[in-house]
Amino acid sequence: MKAIPLSYIARNLWVRRVTTLLTAGGMALVVYVFATVLMMSEGIRSTLVATGQADNVIVLRKGAGAEINSGISRGQAAIVESLAGIATDATGRPLLSKEPVVLNNLPKRGSGKPSNVTVRGSSELGLQLRPTLRLIEGRMFRAGSSEIITGRAVAQGFQGAGLGETLRFAGRDWTVVGVFDAGGSAFDSEIWGDSEQMLQAFRRDAFSSVVFRLQDQAQFEVIQAAIEADPRLQLEAKPEIRFYAEQSEALATFISILGTSLSVVFSIGAIVGAMITMFAAVASRIGEIGTLRALGFRRGAVLLAFLGEALLLALVGGLMGLGAAALMQTVNISTTNFQTFSELAFQFKLTPAIVWKTLLFALFMGFLGGFIPAWRAARLTIVDCLRAA
Amino acid sequence: MPFLLKLLLKNAFRHRLRTLLTLLGLVVALSAFGLLRTIVDAWYAGVEASSSTRLVSRSAISLTFPLPLSYAQRLKAVEGVSRVSWANWFGGIYITERNFFPQFAVEPASYLALYPEYRLSDEQRLAFIRDRQGAIVGRKLADKFGWKLGDQIPLRGTIYPGTWTFTLRGIWDGAEAKTDESQMLFHWGLINESLRKRFGNRADFVGVYVLGIDEPQQAPLVSQRVDAQFKNSLAETLTETESAFQLSFVSMSEAILVAVQAVSYIIVLIIMAVMANTMSMTARERLAEYATLKALGFGPGFVVQLLLGESLTIALAGGLLAVALTLPMAGAFAQAAGTLFPVFQVSALTMSLQLGAALIVGAVAAAWPAWKMSRIDIVQGLRHVA
Repeated sequence: MKAIPLSYIARNLWVRRVTTLLTAGGMALVVYVFATVLMMSEGIRSTLVATGQADNVIVLRKGAGAEINSGISRGQAAIVESLAGIATDATGRPLLSKEPVVLNNLPKRGSGKPSNVTVRGSSELGLQLRPTLRLIEGRMFRAGSSEIITGRAVAQGFQGAGLGETLRFAGRDWTVVGVFDAGGSAFDSEIWGDSEQMLQAFRRDAFSSVVFRLQDQAQFEVIQAAIEADPRLQLEAKPEIRFYAEQSEALATFISILGTSLSVVFSIGAIVGAMITMFAAVASRIGEIGTLRALGFRRGAVLLAFLGEALLLALVGGLMGLGAAALMQTVNISTTNFQTFSELAFQFKLTPAIVWKTLLFALFMGFLGGFIPAWRAARLTIVDCLRAA
Repeated sequence: MPFLLKLLLKNAFRHRLRTLLTLLGLVVALSAFGLLRTIVDAWYAGVEASSSTRLVSRSAISLTFPLPLSYAQRLKAVEGVSRVSWANWFGGIYITERNFFPQFAVEPASYLALYPEYRLSDEQRLAFIRDRQGAIVGRKLADKFGWKLGDQIPLRGTIYPGTWTFTLRGIWDGAEAKTDESQMLFHWGLINESLRKRFGNRADFVGVYVLGIDEPQQAPLVSQRVDAQFKNSLAETLTETESAFQLSFVSMSEAILVAVQAVSYIIVLIIMAVMANTMSMTARERLAEYATLKALGFGPGFVVQLLLGESLTIALAGGLLAVALTLPMAGAFAQAAGTLFPVFQVSALTMSLQLGAALIVGAVAAAWPAWKMSRIDIVQGLRHVA
């Protein structure tokens, strides 16, 4: 079967530029929404997944689920510290950090609206456990002092969190002596200070979590079993990566469900648009269709030509929408993760998988919009067509 | 005029399939627009339902920090405060995480006195207050899980370790449509006693204090007095009106709200593109007719009237259908979302915005073709007939 050349299809779109642009524009908007939503939930997921280290283990109170709900007494923390299988640093200290984590309600820069920021008590060992963390300004806080360092997103987004400024909370003034970059992970949205000082200031006598590095990643099950088996420890251990992935679950799923259902509803609008355009294209070219058929092109070829036109139209729309969505990658956004009840800064993230999904979605819209008109064009009889012309 | 209207309707349905498709697009887009706006409204429902005679006092650090129970007596003594009660966020899980609903451990008698909009029969109220294991829930929540009085409800604690079982003693109905009926309340004393037994130092703490005031105008003054009372103490307070307190939750998810709102306008743009396409195709096809009309002596204004009128007729029909459809759609959505949104109602503002958007879409879509057609050259237009 001889196919109708592609240039014929493309030129038809070009001849009716305004209509093509309007229809593709409608599709582009749908595609834009579809792609940004996927990018948003991917951004949240990858931010939190990047936060965990493969060989780190986090210990929380049983059933706590999040660090702020958890509590680990000093005694329990000491038992965990004495377990076999924990890696040590050059001087022989176990690579383990006992951390109180609290939420602090701070006003944002600009709007002044308060939001919850995670404040983490840590130590120099805690920093070693998170190799993604780099100080980009200033220096590390000194142990035993009211000094803090802030994540990049917090330093930019909250009043008094920039280098050299002071924050007042828990009855003290805390001086920001450094700003760190955590490579786009959730730590960028945190404030860090000395662990013992934090416990003092917040009148706590229990840590929130204990994080340690495994000597050998394969030994996780052994150490997990040891923690489970000890009746003094009502604690559970999780690989850090899995813990942070779970923290992103609710928000990322919520956004992708909300976004996908919106896109599906919106796509009805765009499909209708494509259908109107294609019906008009068929109606205005009845004479041409007759001529093509008389020249020997089969019904199938006509069907393919019109379907191809609809798909090409959708592709143009898809690429336009995707281009606009790609620009969103430069936007920083932050919202409250309702699983941890604290602020999380992230970026829209475009992955090859999203590009494919989006283009397939666009083509699918084109197919749905173009099939009925194309089928109608193919069913016309030669005589009727030529008579109409 | 009736003649013109008849002509417009005839014109609008000349291309029946195209008009029906356009209408379909309009209806889908505008009802989606209405639904999205209603979702945003539902987010603010807590703010709407708050009373001006209630203040909420929490720890100045953040909501996750408790206040000592001893503050209750001192708060009662603050001038302007007529009632004091308190509540702790429980954060329990009913069977699975998916069944999320808010639970508060409260001091029952004083709390219910502060929330008269929770309508409960005296019998049930007493039964709840007398039974330390007892709990009450809103009507919507009870319907969702099919709970009946006397049922045992187990909750797995996340903040308060262990599994807690409560006996359902009452189901309240909201006094107004905006009243929250998706919460569960039980005895703060029960939780506290168990905490004291298990971890002595976690007992006798309160999440938030709810203060009743008699004169709403006094709210800022009373708040200041309360906060001054505890200034420089180990647990400083932050007191605000209930609506400000609720609003602080809404503003946390502001980024998502802004996105939903932006998206609701994008759909209007999408349908505008579709509609504009329909109108420009219509105009192109009728080029010869307009030329004929002009040759007969009709002015350019008449052509504009024809196109604009047709576009507005279609848009308005779509808008009205969409408004009519939004109500049952919102009903179905509220059913599906269950207790996620305590209140879900299509507001009058939303409906008028839907119609307004329809008219704007109709007018904008016809603007360019109408302008172009009013300026066509008669000779060229007639030549087009061939």
